[in-house]
Amino acid sequence: MKRFSWSRFWGIAMKEFTQMRRDRLTFGMIVGIPVIQLILFGFAINSDPKHLPTALLSADNSQFARSIVSGLENSGYFHIVEHIAAQSEAEQLLAEGEVQFVVTIPENFSRKLLRGERPVLLLEADASDPAATSNALSALAVLSKTVLMRDLRGSLQQLAGAPDPIDIRIHRRYNPEGITQYNIVPGLTGVILTMTMILMTGLAMTRERERGTMESLLATPARPIEVMTGKIIPYIMVGLIQITIILLLARFLFEVPLLGNVFLLYGGVLLFIAANLMLGITFSTLARNQLQAMQMTFFFFLPSILLSGFMFPFRGMPRWAQAIGEALPLTHFLRMVRGILLKGNGLVEMLPHVWPIGLFMLAVLLLALKLYRETLD
Amino acid sequence: MTGNADLLIDVHGLNKSFGAKHVVRDLSLQVKRGEIYGFLGPNGSGKTTSIRMLCGLLRPDSGSGTCLGYDVITQTLEIKHHAGYMTQRFSLYEDLSIRENMDFVARMYGMKNRRAAVEASLEKLGLAERRDQLAGTLSGGWKQRLALAACMLHEPKLLLLDEPTAGVDPKARRDFWEELHALAASGISVLVSTHYMDEAERCHQLAYISYGTLLTRGTAHEVVAKQHLVTYLVSGADLYALAAHLKTLPGVKQVVVFGATLHVTGEDAARLNESMAALQKNGDYRVSLAEPSLEDVFIHLMDHAAEPFT
Repeated sequence: MKRFSWSRFWGIAMKEFTQMRRDRLTFGMIVGIPVIQLILFGFAINSDPKHLPTALLSADNSQFARSIVSGLENSGYFHIVEHIAAQSEAEQLLAEGEVQFVVTIPENFSRKLLRGERPVLLLEADASDPAATSNALSALAVLSKTVLMRDLRGSLQQLAGAPDPIDIRIHRRYNPEGITQYNIVPGLTGVILTMTMILMTGLAMTRERERGTMESLLATPARPIEVMTGKIIPYIMVGLIQITIILLLARFLFEVPLLGNVFLLYGGVLLFIAANLMLGITFSTLARNQLQAMQMTFFFFLPSILLSGFMFPFRGMPRWAQAIGEALPLTHFLRMVRGILLKGNGLVEMLPHVWPIGLFMLAVLLLALKLYRETLD
Repeated sequence: MTGNADLLIDVHGLNKSFGAKHVVRDLSLQVKRGEIYGFLGPNGSGKTTSIRMLCGLLRPDSGSGTCLGYDVITQTLEIKHHAGYMTQRFSLYEDLSIRENMDFVARMYGMKNRRAAVEASLEKLGLAERRDQLAGTLSGGWKQRLALAACMLHEPKLLLLDEPTAGVDPKARRDFWEELHALAASGISVLVSTHYMDEAERCHQLAYISYGTLLTRGTAHEVVAKQHLVTYLVSGADLYALAAHLKTLPGVKQVVVFGATLHVTGEDAARLNESMAALQKNGDYRVSLAEPSLEDVFIHLMDHAAEPFT
């Protein structure tokens, strides 16, 4: 009797295969996860982002200035999207995250250059995500020499021979020391919330179904919206506890600055938590059992991490991947939280990231209400 | 209110299919105020589906009617408010205590005097001492009590009970039925599905459903009389061999073992009488004519129901 029985072994294996085949969603996930996710992320992820949006504040319209601008663009890293006239505009664009860089060419740039006075070329970078800017900044160092080589000919040849004809000053804004934690820790906040919130509510409805309590619940006059919102409330509390722990750790363990308003931050977090919980409830109405709810959570979780700008620079991704990323709440949450923590952003700068999360939540809520069945049909 | 005010359930021609399976066919059912209506039939005959359609948990494919005066198609929310439904499988929260479960149900029905109602109900059903025990740790009989208390909490006028006594010991079953009769006496109507014949005999009205079709209905006496069956009780040595032999005799439709006695039943009285008379003459058997029991009738109905799936 102690002998290993091939018949029993095979019996169990066959039973597992049969059950797996019956569970269509699981079967779909087995095929879907590798194919979709690999293709998606294989093409989307790029840790060397190029064509980063750059604003140009030029007070000098000389040939040299134009050469520098075209040199920047030719490097592939900088893409001039705005021509601005004042420093205040530069501040605004950086705070909102509209541009990654602001290049300032001061007055008398060419005159100073011709006199050999090494004029200043100012480059302000949004360094809240150090990975997004580092390659661009190192490309800049070699740029000045090569670009001006062509212009500095004849009597100007001697300038080209000088150690550095221009003085490039780089200001790493928001994170001058390029500390990765400043970027990662706020990002992790969103990732942790996404994971736990979706998973917990994802199981909420399927648990009722699996334990058979759904039938009693449906026999009562409870309305779908009451059930769903009622199920969400406790998890909102859970989320708020989590975020408080995370923020305390971020502040005192990782020493991430908190420049903006705490209440504003909690307001944004609350919205984000609600959006994720809503999604969890929607998964819950779709899934037939807890395992399926779990699989859906992971199916959503992976793109959230990889396409939101958490793991890899958002601007390094191709357009279509950015479009997917823009639809994810985590993307906007990251921008919002980094803005408040590192840039000290206020309500005005925050709003552009608030409404996409709100819209996402609304869409998911409508979907959940549509999917929620008041009968056992 | 539409229809006859004295009919708490009045439905006609209800149909329900799941995929290709036609689970309930043209179900018509009338249940009066204060009546205990027994719903009988083998497993998978459509009893649960019928009850679910009545309490708004399933939408009928076709048919019409009212439950508590509300339309079973369009006013399911009102029906849910005023009917009490006890599921076949225990479906309260096992990780909540008795009191917490009751409190939850009371809130679901938006009861105003919630605390008092819960306490009164716990006292009445003898659950008060166990109020803080988790529902999951209760025995079958206690779970059933709790489930009944929960579906009665909002004082429904109509109870829909789906095999409420499955897996419950005889004493608990007896207590349960006494409670049901007390409720009926106070004017509450009860539709109860069951497999137990003793329970069927305690119902005011019976309906027998097989493969989704309602085959017969009436009081227990009427149901028996309608089938025009003749039953003999036969006992003697070597019952199993005897049973096999009896099945071959003319006029014998079914032979069922009841302990030490065989119930021999047939439709053709003349031929059965003949066979039995011959049996009594030839062998050392005790043979006596008896009133067919409900069970004999139901076994007969089950064997003769048209099977639509083949």
